[in-house]
Amino acid sequence: MALNLADVTRIAELARIEVDGEEAAAVLGQLTRIFDLIGEMQAVDTGGVEPMAHAQDVMARLREDVVTEGDQHALFQQVAPQVEAGLYLVPKVIE
Amino acid sequence: MLNLTVKQLAAGLAARQFSSAELTSFFLSRIKAMQPALNAFITVDEEASLAAAREADRRLAGGQGGPLTGVPIAHKDIFCTRGWLTTCGSKILSNFVAPYDAHVIERFRDAGTVILGKTNMDEFAMGSSNETSFYGPVRNPWNRETVPGGSSGGSAAAVAARLAPAATATDTGGSIRQPAALTGICGLKPTYGLVSRYGMIAFASSLDQGGPMARTAEDLALLLGAMAGFDARDSTSLERPAEDYTRELARPLAGLRIGLPKEFFAAGTDPDVARAVDAAIAEYRRLGCETVEVSLPNMKLSVPVYYVLAPAEASSNLARFDGVRYGWRAPEYADLADMYAKTRAQGFGAEVKRRILIGTYVLSHGYYDAYYIKAQRLRRLIAQDFVAAFRKCDVIMGPTSPSTAFRIGEKAADPVQMYLSDIFTIAVNLAGLPGMSIPCGFDGSGLPVGLQLIGNYFSEARMLNVAHQYQQATDWHARVPPGI
Repeated sequence: MALNLADVTRIAELARIEVDGEEAAAVLGQLTRIFDLIGEMQAVDTGGVEPMAHAQDVMARLREDVVTEGDQHALFQQVAPQVEAGLYLVPKVIE
Repeated sequence: MLNLTVKQLAAGLAARQFSSAELTSFFLSRIKAMQPALNAFITVDEEASLAAAREADRRLAGGQGGPLTGVPIAHKDIFCTRGWLTTCGSKILSNFVAPYDAHVIERFRDAGTVILGKTNMDEFAMGSSNETSFYGPVRNPWNRETVPGGSSGGSAAAVAARLAPAATATDTGGSIRQPAALTGICGLKPTYGLVSRYGMIAFASSLDQGGPMARTAEDLALLLGAMAGFDARDSTSLERPAEDYTRELARPLAGLRIGLPKEFFAAGTDPDVARAVDAAIAEYRRLGCETVEVSLPNMKLSVPVYYVLAPAEASSNLARFDGVRYGWRAPEYADLADMYAKTRAQGFGAEVKRRILIGTYVLSHGYYDAYYIKAQRLRRLIAQDFVAAFRKCDVIMGPTSPSTAFRIGEKAADPVQMYLSDIFTIAVNLAGLPGMSIPCGFDGSGLPVGLQLIGNYFSEARMLNVAHQYQQATDWHARVPPGI
């Protein structure tokens, strides 16, 4: 499965990272080398092996359905790039 | 104060030989003097550190001190620290003052330790040389033309150069052990789930684990005691009774079975590294240990598996950096989509973007099974190799890194070369096992070599015993970099 420039453009778009034309060619070269390394995986037969998502077999913990956190709205918005009246500001989405 | 261990510093504080304020001032002045040469820190706040030190002195004077009260410690800049700039080595967090404490920071504050500063690191912990930091590379105190390893390069350099008696660090694929090896100090990556990841900026959540760096195994045991423990805010934190990790330090090693994986001793390792590791194993035999050959046949696939799973998890974790809720936002953009794309293009460095793109690709429609699920199946085979090996031995040993510290710039242009330098450490994260690196000698140019110890799940106390007994018989851990 060789990567091409269209793949790079597509994944950059999915990842919301701007990659211009010249940069895309360089990225393609590096990703191709990395996927050659990753391709070594295909040499091993993994039929019948359960995927391992996690190191420990932990179950999600349940807790009582009660409020445990206070209101930290103002504290957390102090570090936001643009805030007004308690709302995060972003460029207009709907024309 | 320069060469005292955490244990000795704590004893000195308890006996009133010096105050925490004196101790903190001493290390702050060393940090200031060495910062231009090493670049080990991103943030230092002398006033905040001294205020915490005076508070610790009051606690000690009032008889309220614990075993670590007043000891100054440096923290990797991946741990959110209330009121402190917390950048994770990235431009995208270059203005982020954390509004809350990571669990690890909370634990160390409660213990009365003093924050000496936030240490430099590879951006989002993605790197093995500390060259991907937005704040510039860290230099290795043993030879300033070489890297300290990564991603916890600032923490490692700070401990090696005696700018801090100990530091916190994190390890996703070797980021505690490899820099510890390259700078001649000790580092421990605990069993996955022992140290809470709450407030530890996420890279690959199924692999990330915090741990301590120090100059002796005994200090690691003390620090791990402060760091480890259940935290409901991390869904993978394990509910286990508290442990005293120093409890087995004095145990004799006679009869200990050391597993030597033949894959760790195959060609490809620097001959000087192999010689130092062989000598360390000979020392263990003198201490009464037996050695047995074991095999980790799937370990060779750990690098490709890791470079599917870690970027996949990273691409998802780093989606939160969008210039909306915190961090840096691009100054110019056309619309919302453009704001995201420009913020992320300009806010992330090349290596981070590379890994997000890899992760996005392997998770995308049509490739998920071939890459992501395939890698998860291989992850199980890699973990099962360890289960089989630990039927024959108590601890596994080998080199931490195939080479000693390499020159700054040497591998920066070739990501694959850089990735392969973690060949001996990555499998441990995939399996979720505890791993350690301790100094065991030097190469021909005077650069330190690390011995890696891998233990079974939750065997930290035994591993620390194995390392401590070696350090009673040898003095590699007490060597000081030239000019320090």
